[in-house]
Amino acid sequence: MSKASAQQARQTPVTQPVRRLHLPQKLRNLELFLLLIACFINASAVVLVQLGALGEIDTTLVLLGAGLAVLVIGLHVVLRFVARDSDPFILPIATVLNGIGIAMIYRIDIADQDSGWESAAVRQTVWSALAILSAIVVLLVIRNHRVLFRYTYIFGFLGVVLLFLPLIPGLGREVSGARVWIGFGSFATFQPGEIAKIALAVFFAGYLVRNRDSLSMVGKKFLGARFPRLRDLGPILVVWALSMSVIIFQRDLGTALLYFGLFLVMLYLATGRLSWVIIGLSLFLGGALLASQTLDYVNGRFTNWLDALNPDVYEARGGSFQLVQGLFGLAKGGLLGTGWGQGRPEITPVPQSDYIIASLGEELGLAGIFAILALYLLFVARGFRIGFAGQDDFGKLLAVGLAFVVALQCFIVIGGVTRVIPLTGLTTPFLAAGGSSLVANWIIVALLLRLSDTVRNQPRLVI
Amino acid sequence: MNRELKRVSIVVLLMFIALLSSTSIVQAFQADNLSADPRNTRTLYDSYQVERGAILVAGEPIAQSLPADDDYKFLRTYTNPELYAPITGYIPINGEPTGLEFALNAEMTGTSNSQFFDKISALVTGQDPKGAAVEVTIDPVAQQAAWDALGDYTGSVVVTEPATGRILAMVSKPSFNLNLLTVHNNKEVTASYEALLADDNNPLINRAINSLNPPGSIFKLVVTTAALESGDYTPESTFPNPAVYTAPGTTSKIENSSGQPCGTGDTVTLATALRLSCNIPFAELGVKLGDTAIRETAEKFGFNKSYSIPMTVAESVYPNGLDDPQTAQSAFGQFDVQATPLQMAMVSAAIANGGVVMAPTLVQEILAPNLSAIQTFEPAEMGRVMSEKTAATLTGMMINGVQDGAASNARIDGVDVAGKTGTAQNGSTDPFTLWFTGFAPATDPQYAITVLIEDGGGMEQSGFGNLLAAPVAKAVLEAVLNK
Repeated sequence: MSKASAQQARQTPVTQPVRRLHLPQKLRNLELFLLLIACFINASAVVLVQLGALGEIDTTLVLLGAGLAVLVIGLHVVLRFVARDSDPFILPIATVLNGIGIAMIYRIDIADQDSGWESAAVRQTVWSALAILSAIVVLLVIRNHRVLFRYTYIFGFLGVVLLFLPLIPGLGREVSGARVWIGFGSFATFQPGEIAKIALAVFFAGYLVRNRDSLSMVGKKFLGARFPRLRDLGPILVVWALSMSVIIFQRDLGTALLYFGLFLVMLYLATGRLSWVIIGLSLFLGGALLASQTLDYVNGRFTNWLDALNPDVYEARGGSFQLVQGLFGLAKGGLLGTGWGQGRPEITPVPQSDYIIASLGEELGLAGIFAILALYLLFVARGFRIGFAGQDDFGKLLAVGLAFVVALQCFIVIGGVTRVIPLTGLTTPFLAAGGSSLVANWIIVALLLRLSDTVRNQPRLVI
Repeated sequence: MNRELKRVSIVVLLMFIALLSSTSIVQAFQADNLSADPRNTRTLYDSYQVERGAILVAGEPIAQSLPADDDYKFLRTYTNPELYAPITGYIPINGEPTGLEFALNAEMTGTSNSQFFDKISALVTGQDPKGAAVEVTIDPVAQQAAWDALGDYTGSVVVTEPATGRILAMVSKPSFNLNLLTVHNNKEVTASYEALLADDNNPLINRAINSLNPPGSIFKLVVTTAALESGDYTPESTFPNPAVYTAPGTTSKIENSSGQPCGTGDTVTLATALRLSCNIPFAELGVKLGDTAIRETAEKFGFNKSYSIPMTVAESVYPNGLDDPQTAQSAFGQFDVQATPLQMAMVSAAIANGGVVMAPTLVQEILAPNLSAIQTFEPAEMGRVMSEKTAATLTGMMINGVQDGAASNARIDGVDVAGKTGTAQNGSTDPFTLWFTGFAPATDPQYAITVLIEDGGGMEQSGFGNLLAAPVAKAVLEAVLNK
């Protein structure tokens, strides 16, 4: 049976009502139960922050949080109608991470005595609302993910444009050295690169499904591995050049690493050729090494990473001060943390965005970090599950790509804070303060929900 | 595709295992080391949570922790904060911690090793931890007199007890209100701190121990010590007395501050040269002694050495490897010679104390919460710089300088004051640095004093040590001697 006829079979008026009758919405009920727990955790976190840092309960943020809970439940209701068989874990995980993030941002607002629109937590809550609304819109508009396949190249173009938008004079804004923001006048700033990662994931998936055959062609054998033909090196070189230009012009190592890693993994999945990974890694490592020799800021990142506690490096401008303060914060947290509102995360620079994981580690301890990492891992695993169970290669690639981008982003930023790799600026998905990141990650949630629904809905085809 | 997917899953799992391991290493295994790092301000701020011990001057608190109804529990409050800022220092919510608050943080928070058993007993009895109080060596009369006498000058006054090294007064101006930096409001503290940092007069600097200036003519005391100790010179040794001197190997000329020869006659004695503070005889003497001999003597006094009171004192400098012209300049405290007021107070104190330098300190006693002494002050010698005979000779020469010489404005009726003034150049156009150092009563030295006035005392290049610095010293000495 072909895919088209399967689609038709599902759409027939006979099968549709029958399925509805026989399958109670078990998955959605489970999701609702988990969502209620997530909302309870989020509300407790905010209240505990207030008790810990203020010693009293202030209802403003609790009310804002309740508003968010209503929106999330709204998203859940939408799922009951348009994606009733989607994965029940993704939404609760995103909700609880988002909520914990807001609680920590709020905690730092209290330390900095910011309130009203000054307060990053209020802005974060508003952005969360926008992000959840965009997720609802995506779910309502994209009823079938294969629509995205049709617009593969448009997404590719969109991705590149978004990526380089901050380089346009007048529009781009430079924040702490990296030119990855856009702003309108003094108006809200946005990181278009965050949205670009979704567009690029869609593009990579579509492009690779279309061209996998030629990319899988084997060329010469060298050092025990079969390498691709020279003429097929085009795409990887283009993406490599793209990443390098991000490093050079936008001064943003993290984003470059994220895009290149994403492409490499999707390329490997599509072609099954390990040689691509070898070529890709050597290209990137070579580029990074060259950059570390020629670009001061990259070199500095490496020095800070390798020799963070050295007093000279610590004192230097752009040195390891932030990194070491983050470590001090984590150390202060120890195994169980100081408790919400009881630590001093505000000592570390930007404790609410790049360093939110250190702030959380300080107040929630190693136990809290483990819980957060477990949530991320579960989130990513659900994405990979779609990949395993999916029927069409585009959907599989897209699901794994989106899940992997979240995993890689966690690794780059948390690994940077804890000195696994050199520190590069990226947002921690769902947790860190930043509107564009929230919108992007909630769109990923919507796409994964859509994909997981499709996977379960499709009758098993002959494999 | 699923085979590849499985492999990628394993990679993702490894990535997360790496994160789990790295956070475990930082939070579990390295945590103690990271907490003990002196740069870890979190550990410092934790000390706000306990009742810090007070800092006491003659039994009266100048810094104490008063109960506060916020999450810090205690608010550090300073009495007479501007007067005592260089002594107490502060631990701000942000910014650099300084002074005794920083140097004795462990004792005042009850976390020093010597308080280990107190900690245990507090744990057993369920009492809140409490820190030890610190009684300082400061004499409130001397401190207040020094503060008043220095007036609006930018500078410092240090008074020590020659026989013990106890610091009786330590004033630095301009000063600042410590209480502005300890309020529990990040924004206010930051604003106050930034304003103080931006102030061109650097009120945050404790000039007594951290301001390095060319000592000028008061360094002649060190050179005279080196000369007398060498055995080749006496106060009656003579030197050629030209109006202009050119050191061997250079064409740059050295003059006396008068522009004239040093007194009348073709030659001048060492005693007269010191009394009238002439540069040329000292330049000649310096070249003959050589930089090594001068440096050795300077180092015996404490130059080129780091010591703490218990705050770390900036190292006063007598440079290495000088050629003859540079040595000639250094012999009257110019070229790259630099000194803190405390270091120059130690020079006078050593002469007053029969040639022995005592280790300077601010700490009289550290008292546990139950008022038992954890640590009591014991005078400690840093070493002998010169023989008693040399010290007596120098004292006589310094008395003459005040009685009948360049330091005449420090004269006090009925008391012999030994002293030396200095007027140091800072480049060709910058304002002078003005000094006085000495002690009184010269026959039975109780107080050694050094006055530093920076920035020409507001008189650019027309002020000089005897005009501005000596009267300050006189006022302080009168106040403490008439106590």
